[in-house]
Amino acid sequence: MASKRYAQVNRERCVSCGACTHECPRDAIHVWKGCFALVDSDLCVGCGRCQRTCPANCIDMKEREAAV
Amino acid sequence: MNRKKHWYDYLWIWSILYFTLGFFNILFAWLGMIDFLLPMLLAIFGGNKFFCNHLCGRGQLFTVLGKTCKCSRQKPAPGWLSSKWFRYGFLIFFLTMFGNILYQTYLVYGGAASLREVVKLFWTFRVPWDWAYTAGTTADWVAQFSFGFYSLMLTSTLIGLIVMLLYRPRTWCSFCPMGSMTQLICKLKHHNQMPE
Ligand code: SF4
Ligand code: SF4
Ligand code: SF4
Repeated sequence: MASKRYAQVNRERCVSCGACTHECPRDAIHVWKGCFALVDSDLCVGCGRCQRTCPANCIDMKEREAAV
Repeated sequence: MNRKKHWYDYLWIWSILYFTLGFFNILFAWLGMIDFLLPMLLAIFGGNKFFCNHLCGRGQLFTVLGKTCKCSRQKPAPGWLSSKWFRYGFLIFFLTMFGNILYQTYLVYGGAASLREVVKLFWTFRVPWDWAYTAGTTADWVAQFSFGFYSLMLTSTLIGLIVMLLYRPRTWCSFCPMGSMTQLICKLKHHNQMPE
């Protein structure tokens, strides 16, 4: 069952520090080639740990679309 | 989370060791050049921020103190602190200050200025630091660079500790000049292959 929410990174504001990647229990967030963090929304369980740790406060929790 | 620990997860110890060594002998300040050159080399040749993401002792120190030791209010920092204009403005300021260290070193090298055994905090406060150096141990310019570079490292760590206390543990990383510079290099390198 997919979680209701998932994390989404604002690429324009992300500083690619990697703080979020050390928090994720599912290894769902990675820094893409030093540019910004990317979330694998299939793996993300919406716990919000990355959001609470991000020093640039650039992660938002999004509601998933209703199941198709 | 419960991932396997790597040797490099303990580099925060290096961060403390660096300042301790420099406290007793300022010449150790030169070792800080590793923290300057390694992230640049990894960004230029590797096109990544592996340094920030895994190797930076300073970032780890803020996590250890702020998160593990709970010395952080864990509040979001004001948005301007991680805005582009502040980040790049701070980067330019920092590089200018680094240039000034090189210039002072050059003046001492050429004999136009004499060695000052002080550590300058926040680019303003001069703290006598003469116990950490015995005149004549090395060429004066080598010592001058040490004092200047140690000042820069100590000042930036102090700023980092302040914002760690006030906001989130790694708030410093959101405007750290090395972080901004390496990200900029990575973005330039990969600009035509961004995902999605
Ligand atoms: S913690 Fe925030 S700023 Fe740092 S890499 Fe993750 S999303 Fe980007
Ligand atoms: S919300 Fe939780 S599971 Fe999803 S990326 Fe962030 S830390 Fe990982
Ligand atoms: S942003 Fe600066 S302090 Fe943070 S991990 Fe990178 S180099 Fe270290």
